[in-house]
Amino acid sequence: MLISSLFMRMSLTTHSFLSSFHSHLCFVISSFQMQFMLLFSRQGKLRLQKWYVPLSDKEKKKITRELVQTVLARKPKMCSFLEWRDLKIVYKRYASLYFCCATEGQDNELITLEIIHRYVELLDKYFGSVCELDIIFNFEKAYFILDEFLLGGEAQETSKKNVLKAIEQADLLQENIDFQTSLFAAPS
Amino acid sequence: RPMLSATRPQPQRVFSGTPGGQKPAKMPAVSKGDGMRGLAVFISDIRNCKSKEAEIKRINKELANIRSKFKGDKALDGYSKKKYVCKLLFIFLLGHDIDFGHMEAVNLLSSNKYTEKQIGYLFISVLVNSNSELIRLINNAIKNDLSSRNPTFMCLALHCIANVGSREMAEAFASEIPRILVAGDTMDSVKQSAALCLLRLYKTSPDLVLMGEWTSRVVHLLNDQHMGVVTAAISLITCLSQKNPDEFKTCVSLAVSRLSRIVSSASTDLQDYTYYFVPAPWLSCKLLRLLQCYPPPEDGAVKGRLVECLETILNKAQEPPKSKKVQHSNAKNAILFEAISLIIHYDSEPNLLVRACNQLGQFLQHRETNLRYLALESMCTLASSEFSHEAVKTHIETVINALKTERDVSVRQRAADLLYAMCDRSNAKQIVAEMLSYLETADYSIREEMVLKVAILAEKYAVDYSWYVDTILNLIRIAGDYVSEEVWYRVIQIVINRDDVQGYAAKTVFEALQAPACHENMVKVGGYILGEFGNLIAVVTVLFCHLAPCSSTFSQRPRRLSKRCCAMSWLVHLQQTVHNSDQYYVQTSEVVSPVPQATVLEEMPPFPERESSILAKLKKKKGPGAVSVTELEDGKREGGELNGGGERGPETASTPSPSADLLGIRSVAPVGASLSSAGSLLVDVFSEAGPAAPSAAVNDDGFLRFVCKNNGVLFENQLLQIGIKSEYRQNLGRMYLFYGNKTSVQFASFTTTVSCPGELQSHILCRPQLNVQSKPVEPLVEGGAQIQQVLNIECITDFSEAPLLNIKFRYGGALQNLTLKLPVTINKFFQPTEMASQDFFQRWKQLSQPQQEAQKIFKASHGMDTEVIKAKLLGLGMALLDNVDPNPENYVCAGVIQTKGQQVGCLLRLEPNAQAQMYRLTLRCSKDLVSRRLCELLAQQF
Repeated sequence: MLISSLFMRMSLTTHSFLSSFHSHLCFVISSFQMQFMLLFSRQGKLRLQKWYVPLSDKEKKKITRELVQTVLARKPKMCSFLEWRDLKIVYKRYASLYFCCATEGQDNELITLEIIHRYVELLDKYFGSVCELDIIFNFEKAYFILDEFLLGGEAQETSKKNVLKAIEQADLLQENIDFQTSLFAAPS
Repeated sequence: RPMLSATRPQPQRVFSGTPGGQKPAKMPAVSKGDGMRGLAVFISDIRNCKSKEAEIKRINKELANIRSKFKGDKALDGYSKKKYVCKLLFIFLLGHDIDFGHMEAVNLLSSNKYTEKQIGYLFISVLVNSNSELIRLINNAIKNDLSSRNPTFMCLALHCIANVGSREMAEAFASEIPRILVAGDTMDSVKQSAALCLLRLYKTSPDLVLMGEWTSRVVHLLNDQHMGVVTAAISLITCLSQKNPDEFKTCVSLAVSRLSRIVSSASTDLQDYTYYFVPAPWLSCKLLRLLQCYPPPEDGAVKGRLVECLETILNKAQEPPKSKKVQHSNAKNAILFEAISLIIHYDSEPNLLVRACNQLGQFLQHRETNLRYLALESMCTLASSEFSHEAVKTHIETVINALKTERDVSVRQRAADLLYAMCDRSNAKQIVAEMLSYLETADYSIREEMVLKVAILAEKYAVDYSWYVDTILNLIRIAGDYVSEEVWYRVIQIVINRDDVQGYAAKTVFEALQAPACHENMVKVGGYILGEFGNLIAVVTVLFCHLAPCSSTFSQRPRRLSKRCCAMSWLVHLQQTVHNSDQYYVQTSEVVSPVPQATVLEEMPPFPERESSILAKLKKKKGPGAVSVTELEDGKREGGELNGGGERGPETASTPSPSADLLGIRSVAPVGASLSSAGSLLVDVFSEAGPAAPSAAVNDDGFLRFVCKNNGVLFENQLLQIGIKSEYRQNLGRMYLFYGNKTSVQFASFTTTVSCPGELQSHILCRPQLNVQSKPVEPLVEGGAQIQQVLNIECITDFSEAPLLNIKFRYGGALQNLTLKLPVTINKFFQPTEMASQDFFQRWKQLSQPQQEAQKIFKASHGMDTEVIKAKLLGLGMALLDNVDPNPENYVCAGVIQTKGQQVGCLLRLEPNAQAQMYRLTLRCSKDLVSRRLCELLAQQF
């Protein structure tokens, strides 16, 4: 399997950041859910962001900036979990992309790690050996797949087949419509 | 071909025109090169920009283009609208602000073309705008899609609600979605979305989501045939169970049987819900998490089945892995850790607890860093269980080794937390020593917390105090910069309260101060301890050597200096103790001339609370390392208390020198102690109400503490500290109120009002001083900042009630409301009157009418120490008259209360009875109500 060869190259990192008094994230709700997910490149370019808690754009930018910096500064072979502000960050690097989830402290780190992996699998299956470019050029698809898999920060459907089936169905609707559009559109 | 390869030549794909050609196994969507070609071109333009400026230029060009298209006369077709909305979305995701296009996105929602609708919803989900006009339109579109009976459309609408989750959406749909969730004809995929959508709305607006009649049908979703439905529904059920455990308690047996079926299933039974040979790992974890909302099942059969599941999970951990892939072991261990969490939560199965501990012990030496990290973390909670505490302790060497050798600081942090959690009397010396030695090389990010931990452990498990003192001094030596005020105040507090350690402490700090370089904090502690207990003449020179460099750093930070104690204080302290003030005063002024003289007389921060302040600090830190804070407090109550304990009372006979009062240590401590039973309760109510619940009850805890003194901390909770300084002359007074924000977050709309309830208005005037500050107080108090308010007080006539101070502010959005009694009492306007014995008795006889006298006999609530009683009577404001009462044990005082209109003469006699631990207090005043009021106030002071 193609994925497997790549997963060998994944690198793990961690760096603890115990900024104990900075509880800017006091909005955090008292249940176990993902707070946000970020995908960013080795160069620190944000490729996808999904927020499951209400935050202002300013806060989002600040969190993104700080977190990307923190994660990129970590060395390979470090552990995939780190405490950051009041949150537990779970992240993993796949080739040039970092997948990074923020959960509440008590959440299950390993299962979050596998959430990331399953999402990568879904992208990979959908795009056929996904690469960073696929996510850049088809960012809306990456969002749709994520919404089928995770909703409100919780796993909605963990079966790979079922998620892809849902996306496929939507694509079929789209295909039909695209077909119609091309039929009726004036030749240019 | 490697996935996510970064090495592939990039422009090739973008411009090849047939990207599908490169990927034979592609699905339809991706091959639609004609889908939004304009978007693809735009994205690659952006990627080709050489500089940030070029990118911004390209974006601005595009924004202008889109704006003109949206504003243009020609109506755009759905496709173009979709394309432009998508471009706007892309620009937004690049980090630029988007202030138009929302309306076009909303228009897309009502398109009957799926792809346009989908982009519209995506735009709305990402760029939520609380514009109410739009929300109404969005809600309309959602409503249409929800009632469309087209499952794909319904899911889109539900996803949008779950993504936005605003209050308005909750108002519109909270009653509709439960019905969709439980309806028999709803498609599985719609049920899944509905469950999580409802969860999001419940989190936003729990008051609007009423499960009521649906409760039992929602719980029964745990039995659903479709694993995906169960997976989604269980998140909702868990959240609802946390809030309403009783209503949902039937979920326990359903969850156990579902779990049991999964755990015992073969790896192929669950088809696509099996993940790398692990059956339904997500669902298993969620089921175990749901069970943690409840105590162990009462039904024996259910409990037996559950224990069986937990045993199976523990057994599986010992089996050889079915796959070498990390995903297999991660999924398996995710369930294992969740099972261990449940075992710890139940804390009732010693057998399982010890097995869990052994399993974690194996992980402590696993080659996977992630597992070592998690094992350390999980063991930390296990250490607090009485069943497994001993088992955890057997791993001490491994954990110490981890602290020394782990390459990742987050893992070392976990090791330090675990050492802290497993520490008890038997291993305290070893653990503290290891932590101290680690501190020498520890990462800066965790030093402060390490220092706190060492300080707490040293205090909690100290069998001999010399060890405690040595440890703290080592702490200062190794990591002086990270030793916060709380820590070094605490050591002084403890030394002052324990006379058996004072000698040793003085000797040790004296030695420590002779080192060529001393940390500032060492000088502070040294100054204090030597000032109290040292051989004074010998040490002054030692201190002077260190004072010069210290004071220069102080003078660079005058703000901090003015708020807190400064090096000067100790010298002044010394002087007064030495009774040799002139000489040293001159000397100190020369050494530290830039320091304003006023600060020299600044008080040492008092120790009003009985609780260790460092403990409070660690609590604030909250992190997993702080788990056993409550346990520590319990432990202290059992006996390990260093700080003298309540029974000793801080005003021990060991240090009767009244001069110490000038620095505020002992003048505050006794009262803090005496009120701790009733008083701190009140404070706790306030602090626990915290940011959420505003409280308006009048807090008069601080009030009584100020009858005999003018300065100190009136009120303190987790957010706010209010300090008071006041001075009175004749019938006038001035009170300085200091409001300190203890948090790192700003207080907004900070207002204070002073009111004189009822008749009091005509008795005293109490108002903010207008010529000092135009506004009473600033409306914003920054995190960590302190603001000051000045009150002018005038006593018109005698009074009994106290003015009220009301404080309101917003902290993190929640309104805080607090009302305190201001310590303005009639005795503040006393002028002491000296008189001879003969005069006293003559006047005493003159005030012989029954209403002029007030008398109270009461039990002593503090020690009956002469010096303390005298200090209090002097604090009251009257003159303490010697050689007046024939019985030398008794105290008599005289004073005149100055009001605007008249003067009230007052005489006082206090007769202690040491055997009975009682007092008799008699007051005679020229005005009847005054004697009664003074009697009431004073009877609560002794």
